[in-house]
Amino acid sequence: MIQCKTSKEIGGMGHSVKRKEDDRFVHGKGTYVDDIQLKGMLFMDIARSPYAYAKIKNINKDLAMAVDGVLAVITGKDLEQYNLHWMPTLMSDTQMVLPTDTVMHQGQEVAAIIATSREAARDGREALVPGIEYEVMKPIVDPFKALDDDAPLLRPDKEGQKDNQAWHWEVGQKEETEKIFAEADVVVKEQMHIPRIHVASIETCGIVADYDKVQNHLTTHLTTQAPHAIRTVIALVAGHVGLTEEKIRVIAHDIGGGFGGKVPVFPGYVIAIAATFLIGKPVKWIEDRSDNLTNSFARDYHITAEMAGTKDGKILASRMKVLADHGYTDGAANPSKFPTGMFSIGTGSYDYKHAFMEADAIYTNKPPGGVAYRCSFRVTEAVHAIERITDRFALEIGKDPAELRSENFIKKEDFPWQSPTGWEYDSGDYQAGLDLAMKTVEYDKLRVEQKAKWKEGKLMGIGLSTFTEIVGAGPSKDFDILGIKMFDSAEIRVHPTGKAIARFGTKSQGQGHETTYAQIIAEELGIPSKDIQIEEGDTDPAPYGLGTYASRSTPTAGAAAAIAARKLRDKAKKIAAYLLEVSEDDLEWEPGKWFVKGAPEKAKTIQELVFAAYTNHPQGMEGGFEATHYYDPPNLTFPSGAYICVVDIDPDTFEIKVRRFVAIDDAGHIINPMVAQGQVHGGLTQGIAPAMYEEIIYDEDGNALNGTLMDYLVPTAVESPNWETGHTVTPSPHHPIGAKGIGESPTVGAPPAIANAIIDALRPYGITHLDIPITPYKVFKALKEKGVLDKDITGFEA
Amino acid sequence: MIPANFDYHAPSTLDEAFKLLSELGDEAKILAGGHSLIPMMKLRFAEPEHLVDLGGIPGLNTVSMENGSLHIGAMVKEAELEHNAEVTSKFPIFTDAAKLIADPQVRNFGTLGGNLAHGDAANDQPAVMLALGASVEITNAEEKRTVDINDFFYGFYMTAIQEGEILTNISIPVPAGKFGNAYSKIERKVGDYATGGVAVALELDDSGVCTRAGIGLTNVNPTPMRAERSEAALVGKVIDAAAIAEAAQMASEDCNPSDDLRGDSDYKRRVIRSLTKKMIAKALERAQA
Repeated sequence: MIQCKTSKEIGGMGHSVKRKEDDRFVHGKGTYVDDIQLKGMLFMDIARSPYAYAKIKNINKDLAMAVDGVLAVITGKDLEQYNLHWMPTLMSDTQMVLPTDTVMHQGQEVAAIIATSREAARDGREALVPGIEYEVMKPIVDPFKALDDDAPLLRPDKEGQKDNQAWHWEVGQKEETEKIFAEADVVVKEQMHIPRIHVASIETCGIVADYDKVQNHLTTHLTTQAPHAIRTVIALVAGHVGLTEEKIRVIAHDIGGGFGGKVPVFPGYVIAIAATFLIGKPVKWIEDRSDNLTNSFARDYHITAEMAGTKDGKILASRMKVLADHGYTDGAANPSKFPTGMFSIGTGSYDYKHAFMEADAIYTNKPPGGVAYRCSFRVTEAVHAIERITDRFALEIGKDPAELRSENFIKKEDFPWQSPTGWEYDSGDYQAGLDLAMKTVEYDKLRVEQKAKWKEGKLMGIGLSTFTEIVGAGPSKDFDILGIKMFDSAEIRVHPTGKAIARFGTKSQGQGHETTYAQIIAEELGIPSKDIQIEEGDTDPAPYGLGTYASRSTPTAGAAAAIAARKLRDKAKKIAAYLLEVSEDDLEWEPGKWFVKGAPEKAKTIQELVFAAYTNHPQGMEGGFEATHYYDPPNLTFPSGAYICVVDIDPDTFEIKVRRFVAIDDAGHIINPMVAQGQVHGGLTQGIAPAMYEEIIYDEDGNALNGTLMDYLVPTAVESPNWETGHTVTPSPHHPIGAKGIGESPTVGAPPAIANAIIDALRPYGITHLDIPITPYKVFKALKEKGVLDKDITGFEA
Repeated sequence: MIPANFDYHAPSTLDEAFKLLSELGDEAKILAGGHSLIPMMKLRFAEPEHLVDLGGIPGLNTVSMENGSLHIGAMVKEAELEHNAEVTSKFPIFTDAAKLIADPQVRNFGTLGGNLAHGDAANDQPAVMLALGASVEITNAEEKRTVDINDFFYGFYMTAIQEGEILTNISIPVPAGKFGNAYSKIERKVGDYATGGVAVALELDDSGVCTRAGIGLTNVNPTPMRAERSEAALVGKVIDAAAIAEAAQMASEDCNPSDDLRGDSDYKRRVIRSLTKKMIAKALERAQA
């Protein structure tokens, strides 16, 4: 259970300290990009393509220029003069900033309108749209048809590109796995689609780009999860026009939701920067809701998942084959060396020695993306596949899915554990989590109830997900963004009066860093967390770091904070020995003070020692009380969870009600239980979203059919069940504070628990798999196909 | 999501409103809450040059019970219908329906008259009005006329309201004997338009025989529709499970849903069958209470 080593007054780890940032949020004093108002500021809007694939024949700028207040129209041809019409993606693919000749997806940026007001910019956009002439071409929408002989070559701009395949990747033991599958008693297989979804953050993308011609200095106010990395990218893209890195400042103020969607550089940012650079006035661009919903995406993996095992339920091997629909460019926000990110975690929590995975990425006429939506780069896809196919295996051999999982778990004494796809799991106690979840939900009783319900014709299902996560990107050997290693940083500066400021290379978007980082420092240094101010997001004062996503802040910057604080604690010890006139070896630490062993009244508080560092430090010692650390993690961390979902489905309308959802997480040591629970609640709600509601749907012409929040169904509090949460604590052995990261676990772990529950409810009727999102209508169609709706559902003898 | 430019007019009397409408012609749209119109303007599906806001006109936002009828001013807000005890004690169907309309913000602005005048079969109130046998008062600069709700909805976004006219009042007869009413819909998530919705109003005589049945259906026909065969199947009977099942089956057969993201017509018919059953039972229970 969660234990505290510090007093409530100090408020170190394990205390549910109230979030410092909430004061300004509940008072409406947060600062978002659209709150930035600068003198002389201009506004930008972007005209977008109505077609998925078309040649641009002509753009009649005059139509927009005739609108009152419109000052300029910027096209791809204009940017081409500065070689700014293309930009690199984080995956070293290329993406158009603005097209010079061809549009590749519906909603693609075609021209930017700069005006004196936001309204005028929009009027300019509306006026310009009829003035853009296209020659419409037949798009590739279905990724399974992208490699057909008659498919058009979508990326002739890429040298050597002969078809629409972006890349191929594989990992594991191909031959051994094939042999096991050929000889196994039981083989199960399902084709799954993890749908294209959107993060739908409340604050859309936005920038205020402010170029000072006299100083040759660019400030961007940007809603970004990775301000330092973005600054470097801007310098790489725009260095040739004189904007080098020391001339660029990126400020990320408060962020109204990120979820991975605010890691990439979007074309709108580059256009706004180009515009301020050329015009010399600040330019604001705030993305439209519909534009935001339809111009990037997460997921979109088509997975063939297979499992081989014995009749009595021993898993022997798994195999996964992925078709990844990347849209027209690989714009994935994936800093690993592997094009599928951490998809290879998809052997799950189970002890078997052989697996093989392969993936083919395909270009289509859809928006680019591959946003890691609250997910470490394809972990959600992998976890869904393994947790679904494990259930499928249990169904095939008629074994309870909880029992089958228990029997196949990697045992806690077997850690560190080498996975067949090359990862070293740091620690885990999967059985403890499952036991607690089953006890909480009263699993055995539910199975009895389920049989009775089935007899009455009621549709009740119980679903499990016992997942292993992989977070904390990451060790420099495997992780970088454009070559920059994925470490992260902390810089602690303690003032003479014992109060501190600490700055980080990460950037909170609601994770509560201002509170939790202070608690880590309080834990290590004994300075009350309320006395420690945390700053992030401004590239000028903050140390370099790669930002906040993929549950990496605690594993990287949190570790950096602990180590920097420990450097200061060591310095304090030297000062204490000097002041108390004893040897360092005679001193002992308790949170907040160094004291002489056996004589606790001879002590110096941390505040006294800090004061001395400025007023009375030992001669020869460096004055002041500051420390910095850049933490390069030796390994990733492997949080886990045991989730159980209970659903009831109306046998008449097939409305799905989540009756119970128990989520037991193991994220190692917890810094702030309240903040962690808040993260889990939000994450579970973002887990129910793709499981039951969200999917970006395209017609055969590549039109997004649900580009507003009226039809893109983001669940609300009304749709959220009562989340029952709990923890087991298995610390990470390699992490300085034993923490593993919690943010993404619930989003990763919840969808398969929900899908498994719904499919479990329908299994009497022969249904073995349904793709998420599983809606009442989809259940209806599946049952209809099975012929069970010819008369009313009256009962099933289990 | 920014509308085109428009001029905003806020008349303080009906006469002033009629004057504006006659001056501005078809470049003007009436603003009666705006929670259908403004989203269309933001998407630039509608670009009226003038908005005439009826919000400041006294007398359009009152609710009264007179001469055996409930009179609801066209500008009475959905939120009031949700909570007004004078309305909901006899017509709990308004609580049923109003709380399923969009979200509280919309219900605090959206009005009953606006809901009906928009002429959208996806809106919830048209089915409620059809079930209750309402009539609407339509006024122009010279006179008032009363239109039976059955003659009000013409086609897609089309109603009996002509140029220069304003829907001013809605009247609902209050039955003398036992009566009950209920509404529900299936929605994909809270605030969604209905996959299908069913409004039922029943009147019973002292022996429990159904003397009038009104059944209105939401979003399963190009225009708001009544399930007339289902109504007839209930009238003259003591309503039992068999009668309910028969009426529900008829409603599911008689509606004309289109295939869309909410489901195909087969699914929507099933939804209508299920809801019709449930709402007849609920209205019956309320009538007997």
